[in-house]
Amino acid sequence: MNVTVARLTVRGLLGRRRGLLLLGLPLLLIVLSVVIRAVAGQDESTASNILGTLALGTMVPLVGLVAGTGAIGPEIDDGSIIYLLAKPQPRWKIIISKLVVAIGCSVVFAALPTYIAGLILFGTYESLTLGFTIAALIAGVAYSAIFLLLGVVSRHAVVWGLMYALLWETIVGQYVPGARTLSVHQWALSVAEKIADPGVITSSVQLSTAVPLLLVATLGGAAFAAARLSRLTLAGEE
Amino acid sequence: MTTISIDRASRWFGNVVAVNDVTMTIEPGVTGLLGPNGAGKSTLIHMMSGFLPPSSGSVVLDGKPIWKNQGAYRQIGLVPEREAMYDFLTGWEFVLANAELHGLPAPGEAAKRALATVEMEYAQDRQVSTYSKGMKQRVKMASALVHDPAVLLLDEPFNGMDPRQRMHLMELLRRFGSEGRTVLFSSHILEEVEQLARHIEVVVAGRHAASGDFRKIRRLMTDRPHRYTVRSSDDRALAAALIADGSTAGIELDWKERALQIQAIDFYRFTELVPRVAKEAGIRLLTVSPADESLESVFSYLVAAK
Repeated sequence: MNVTVARLTVRGLLGRRRGLLLLGLPLLLIVLSVVIRAVAGQDESTASNILGTLALGTMVPLVGLVAGTGAIGPEIDDGSIIYLLAKPQPRWKIIISKLVVAIGCSVVFAALPTYIAGLILFGTYESLTLGFTIAALIAGVAYSAIFLLLGVVSRHAVVWGLMYALLWETIVGQYVPGARTLSVHQWALSVAEKIADPGVITSSVQLSTAVPLLLVATLGGAAFAAARLSRLTLAGEE
Repeated sequence: MTTISIDRASRWFGNVVAVNDVTMTIEPGVTGLLGPNGAGKSTLIHMMSGFLPPSSGSVVLDGKPIWKNQGAYRQIGLVPEREAMYDFLTGWEFVLANAELHGLPAPGEAAKRALATVEMEYAQDRQVSTYSKGMKQRVKMASALVHDPAVLLLDEPFNGMDPRQRMHLMELLRRFGSEGRTVLFSSHILEEVEQLARHIEVVVAGRHAASGDFRKIRRLMTDRPHRYTVRSSDDRALAAALIADGSTAGIELDWKERALQIQAIDFYRFTELVPRVAKEAGIRLLTVSPADESLESVFSYLVAAK
């Protein structure tokens, strides 16, 4: 981990419009939770729906997308990455530093707001809030690694990321049960299922499948991103 | 004494050959990499700075390949052509970050020294986004110098600089060269290169067109046949006077343009001859304009002459 790379990444992420986006999504979730709690009262099914669909299903992947791709994509696009790469630093260190920042953003702007929203909606009953918070945390880590990789390999990382998070996980996953096996959302839910009281949270994927897939996606994503960054070429301007 | 050696290096992107079988050695001192836009200068600099592997051949720094060799950046300072450079940082923060990334023992001191070298202390606390192009160029230069590299690679460093900034950067590069550093800069402007570099490498259309002392290359460029369009108060009399001299190879009376099309074979003699002959014959010169002075035509001539 390189502190300077991490510092530059944090300032790049939070100093631009991305910072507002990262802050806006969790604020929206918390405000919505306050309103729903005031209108509908403390209800398990409502809380589970909001935390499962809005927090884990929408906010967590979007924050992961903004943080993961934003941690490296813009620097590759505008060429400023050259100032990081033209240094006697192993490329994997650059990736790890950026991944740590992206994960940190996911914790602050996704997992923590999920916990706060859970507390507002349902308190600590039935370990529902804890389950979804851990799920948000785990999904945040996996999304960060996957989207960071997308940021390294593609100039259209945000489009690909949105297609995966919203199209594949939400729409395709709804109609094609098999697609859920390759869904970070479902993998995280299977962990949440074990933490919460029985029957409160359900997942389509077994824990024995979810954990290895989470590890492969996270570690593989980071390793592949480091390998691609070490072969990154700059085409001439001519 | 650090040397970059390029041996029969080629680089292609799909069907496009950007650099074609180039062999050159960049030694200590200032070397100018001269060529028109699109000649392959940036591709060569990217290969020399480890950001592009050659498709064939080799590019080495003191015998070691530069591609995928991050250790080489201890010796290389790079000033890229692109302007993007963490615009949200101040100049000081940017140079300091570069010093830290090099793992220097006293990054603050190194950043201070580098900013002083490029005379940018006065604006070091301003955000890079507020800098002019010349100021950005100088801060980029400071970031490349911060670790005191033996090799300095600069891609079109004078672009966007005003004459004073240009002169200052030239002085700096001259100093680095005289200190025994290997300095290579690219440019498409001949005058820029000859003001600064004793040694010139010329590339045209991806090929190595010429190499050596700038005087030799300048001579090659000026000794080629030049075409001029001349208008005067008496074209016929002027043509008769000019053709008598050996510096003129041919003259055509262009009725359509109402001008003389002249082919000169001795550039210096001809440029001295025209005003003298006109004055002696009492002829008023209205236009004297080179007809084929585009850099591309000069370079094409060099390729053909090689």
